[in-house]
Amino acid sequence: MMWAFLHKLASPQGFYALSARLSPWCWGLAACLIGGGMIWGLGFAPADYQQGNSFRIIYVHVPAALLAQSIYVAMALAGLVFLVWRVKLADMAATAMAPLGAGMTFLALFSGAVWGVPTWGTWWQWDARLTSMLILLFLYIGVLALRGALGTRQSAARAASVLTLVGVINIPIIKYSVEWWYTLHQPATFSVTSRPAMPAEMWLPLLVMVLGFYCLFLAVTLTRTRHEILRREASRRWVQALTGEGP
Amino acid sequence: MSLQLQARNLACERDGRWLFGALDLEIQGGDILRVEGANGSGKTTLLKLLSAQSLDYQGTLLWRGEPLRRVRRDFLSHLLYIGHASALKPALSALENLAWHAALAGQPSSEAERVAALATLGLSGFEDLPVGQLSAGQQRRVALARLVLVRRRLWMLDEPFTALDRDGIQTLEALLSSHVGQGGSVVLTTHQPLRVEVPVNRLHLGEEGVDVTT
Amino acid sequence: MSRPERYAEPSGANRPLIAMMRRDLLLMMRSPGAWLNPLAFFALVITLFPVGISPAASVLSTLAPGLLWVAALLATLLSLEGMFRDDAEDGSLEQLLLAPQPLPLLVLARVAVHWVSTGLPLALMAPVLGIMLALPSGSYPMLMASLALGSAALSLIGAIGAALTIGVARGGILLSLLVLPLYVPVLIFGSGAVQAAIGGTPVAPHLALLGALLALALALAPWATAAALRISLNA
Repeated sequence: MMWAFLHKLASPQGFYALSARLSPWCWGLAACLIGGGMIWGLGFAPADYQQGNSFRIIYVHVPAALLAQSIYVAMALAGLVFLVWRVKLADMAATAMAPLGAGMTFLALFSGAVWGVPTWGTWWQWDARLTSMLILLFLYIGVLALRGALGTRQSAARAASVLTLVGVINIPIIKYSVEWWYTLHQPATFSVTSRPAMPAEMWLPLLVMVLGFYCLFLAVTLTRTRHEILRREASRRWVQALTGEGP
Repeated sequence: MSLQLQARNLACERDGRWLFGALDLEIQGGDILRVEGANGSGKTTLLKLLSAQSLDYQGTLLWRGEPLRRVRRDFLSHLLYIGHASALKPALSALENLAWHAALAGQPSSEAERVAALATLGLSGFEDLPVGQLSAGQQRRVALARLVLVRRRLWMLDEPFTALDRDGIQTLEALLSSHVGQGGSVVLTTHQPLRVEVPVNRLHLGEEGVDVTT
Repeated sequence: MSRPERYAEPSGANRPLIAMMRRDLLLMMRSPGAWLNPLAFFALVITLFPVGISPAASVLSTLAPGLLWVAALLATLLSLEGMFRDDAEDGSLEQLLLAPQPLPLLVLARVAVHWVSTGLPLALMAPVLGIMLALPSGSYPMLMASLALGSAALSLIGAIGAALTIGVARGGILLSLLVLPLYVPVLIFGSGAVQAAIGGTPVAPHLALLGALLALALALAPWATAAALRISLNA
């Protein structure tokens, strides 16, 4: 029963049918959560006693940064499933996720830079988290570039999966080494973890935003995977029946 | 120890295009299988599947009755594969190149054996020249000297006649005949008419499908 | 039936490894450019920094550890492209994949030769360039040790990228895109070790971490490289 369901899910056709029913809900939920969280966070949450209103950028920055890392891990998991069990759908999903992950990483960097102006008085600071986020962006660019450069799909998919797995092993190493580097060079600056805990009226909207971003990720991945399925399976009978084009 | 490589219902797809499908074949000691087909019909791909280089296929490949994936190492220790490219280093001499090939195959050779192998292919006097200075046909002969030097029962040769002159073709045909006569087997691709003293199985890959004739 | 003695089973498990390293070293001697060019590149890049920044020893000596490490890293990167490309083009790689030996072991042999021909010479040459950058005395042994240790990790990690980009025409830039982000931790601990030696703080943690990175790369990179080689060759 369970296996039959998984098997149906792993076949492009089964997934296509299932995702058609799921993705409107994901889009709707993402819109509600992000819209609600935005209004709550920007309009009603209290201002920070130190940073004033500029802290509100956290409501974009933190969800984007979380998603940037989660998407890479999700891509690596998909790559593993593809390499070990040869599930083509997993690679289609990984292909669909990569640009969104790179976009989220860029958004996290950009919002971090904008946040830097009122807090540090500069657009860019070689802060540990910004630096490792920048390296994560390069990891994403590497995966995208490799997929772009290897023409044929089967080998490009495998190569990208191997690279993503190598990258995901390196992400924690990079993170810790950058933190180590930062503390050696900047021993005196304040660290965010020692700040007083956020009051609930500040972090609740953040939680809503984080959930909204994850729903958005799900929705985008479902929709883009559907497009990828149609593109790759264009020569199959069921797709041709769907689009009304036949041989 | 009998030699037997079987393909059952072998099919291969590359990026949405079926190169071949429902291919059944069997190679035993004393067989020569000649794979024919137009350019791009999948000859080299088939050879890569049969030589366990690529695991990207549907259907079954059996080596001595066991799935090829599982007995890959045993299979490889009986296989001699000479590909399209000659696998020679231009900066090394013919003797040095052969020494590496023999050692890689786990069959260390003496210098006398290597010299003799080159002599069989008509390359006496060229042993110590860097391979880069030899002609294309001579380089092909150096590569084919592995057939004499490295003792393996199953040969897979991708276009082995390329660049050979008439003399070289005859030498190779004689090598093929004697190998098969001793119970070895050969899979090869070529456009060349093949004159050997044993019956040749032919496999034709093409648009209209696959047919096997003897 | 065949005469059995003609078809002796292969024996001597590590003989192919030795043969492979011997061949690679021989090739290295025959074409010295492969190992001399990265050294020349290293020296050239180091020359650019005083010209581009300032000739003042006070400025250069603070920057020296980082400059030396970055330049050595780039020189290693430059040499990566040749690691498997020639073998892929002339068909030798196909033969490696068909050898009865496990491919990761053969990869390890290749990486070892790569390190001997690039990482080790770079580490040996670094003190000379250190003098030119006014690197404070007392840190020279650490410079060499960290480069020798770190460049082995660089060769191992780089092999994965080199294997993935064999099939890509003009893959040099792509290779650096793939590999450079992965080099960051090695750079941090490597140049950190030299800076610690200059500053008089303990160097042992840096070296230990560098060693840990090397151990991890040693355990995982040959497998990833072998997988990548199979993928690239069957494209």
